[in-house]
Amino acid sequence: MTRLRPDTYVLGGLRRLGSVSIFLVQLLIQCVPALARPGLLVAQVYNAGARSLIIIMLSGLFVGMVLGLQGYDLLRRFGSEEALGIAAALGLLRELAPVITALLFAGRAGTALTSEIGLMRATDQLTAMEIMAVDPLRYVAAPRFLGGLIAMPLLTAIFSVIGLYGAQLVGVQMMGVDRGVFWSQTQGAVDLHDVNEGLVKSLAFGLACSLIAVHEGYHAEPTAEGVALATTRTVVASSVMTLLLDYVLTAVFL
Amino acid sequence: MQNNRTLEIGTGLFVLLGFAALLFLTTQLPASGVKFGGQKAGYHVTAEFDNIGDLKVGSPVTMSGVRVGEVSSIHFDSKVYKALVRMRIDPQYNEIPEDSFASIQTEGLLGGKYVGISPGGLDTYLKDGGSIEQTQSALVLETLINKFFASFASKSDSHGTDKPEPNK
Repeated sequence: MTRLRPDTYVLGGLRRLGSVSIFLVQLLIQCVPALARPGLLVAQVYNAGARSLIIIMLSGLFVGMVLGLQGYDLLRRFGSEEALGIAAALGLLRELAPVITALLFAGRAGTALTSEIGLMRATDQLTAMEIMAVDPLRYVAAPRFLGGLIAMPLLTAIFSVIGLYGAQLVGVQMMGVDRGVFWSQTQGAVDLHDVNEGLVKSLAFGLACSLIAVHEGYHAEPTAEGVALATTRTVVASSVMTLLLDYVLTAVFL
Repeated sequence: MQNNRTLEIGTGLFVLLGFAALLFLTTQLPASGVKFGGQKAGYHVTAEFDNIGDLKVGSPVTMSGVRVGEVSSIHFDSKVYKALVRMRIDPQYNEIPEDSFASIQTEGLLGGKYVGISPGGLDTYLKDGGSIEQTQSALVLETLINKFFASFASKSDSHGTDKPEPNK
């Protein structure tokens, strides 16, 4: 085994970045013709979105409830428990919902995408399609990419709403914050700008996570080990990318 | 074909839920949005205040600290130049004397505002559409601080003229 020198790391990183970028352009070109087969797209929205619904809703509920407990405890020290709704809503809309949804999406749907496409590659299905003059980018990669892109903002919105009700459950039902105050303060503090921030973030995360998952699968080494490695890389790269993008987008929006 | 059916139903459910959530976030959460939702039971009374501070629609209305209703709308009455606050009182609290006194109070140091009603002594009770005549405005912290500093400044001024400082 050859020892890895630093410059091969740098070159390797550059090469991966370049290949992802080229892949994105190729994918975007294939996205329009891929829309001509809505059946494929619907199947992928189902895979990426509908099948992540339970985990997203459960996580949203518990994240909201924790937010309610922690927020209540913190705000009570300043005698302003009424601000709990604001804290929960802004925290969820701007940060927690997009980020946690993206992380869960990477773990739940991203891995499935990578291993599925990787196995297609390993069992020469993609090559077979190319031989039959069927573009695998158009019929395999593009619908999966688009499915993830469509599913992410919807999942994020569901996460936000469930989380908000989770916070309300703890704050109002358990801790006794007034219900009217909870909602009126929330409505007074939240505006469309905050909803937009979450939406833009979730779209960006959806793009990044789906792209990474599809790319890793598409370029996986055609072996069992290679597919396993690609799946791991999907989770790591998606998570890091999500948190990095989150910082950048937050800086842009503030 | 059964498989295809569940797939389409599942996707439809997911997309529906997603868009319902988006709709909720964009219309219900910001105060500027369109409001849906039915009317709750109870009767309405109005009160006019000189200054409502940051009282909002949905703020509680209390008697002796117990919640009896909520603020249902706030308007500016351009005839008397006062804020017209409409309150929905829960139907079980139907024996509030007509000469009751409404004041806007603050919850905690930085908390939201609420309307507190202190009962009067009359035997006639407030009915739907009735109004509370005696009101007290919100205590605005800045005005209070200004007053405090103004009185403080005038006090120290008179102090200075009465007794010159020894090292002068």
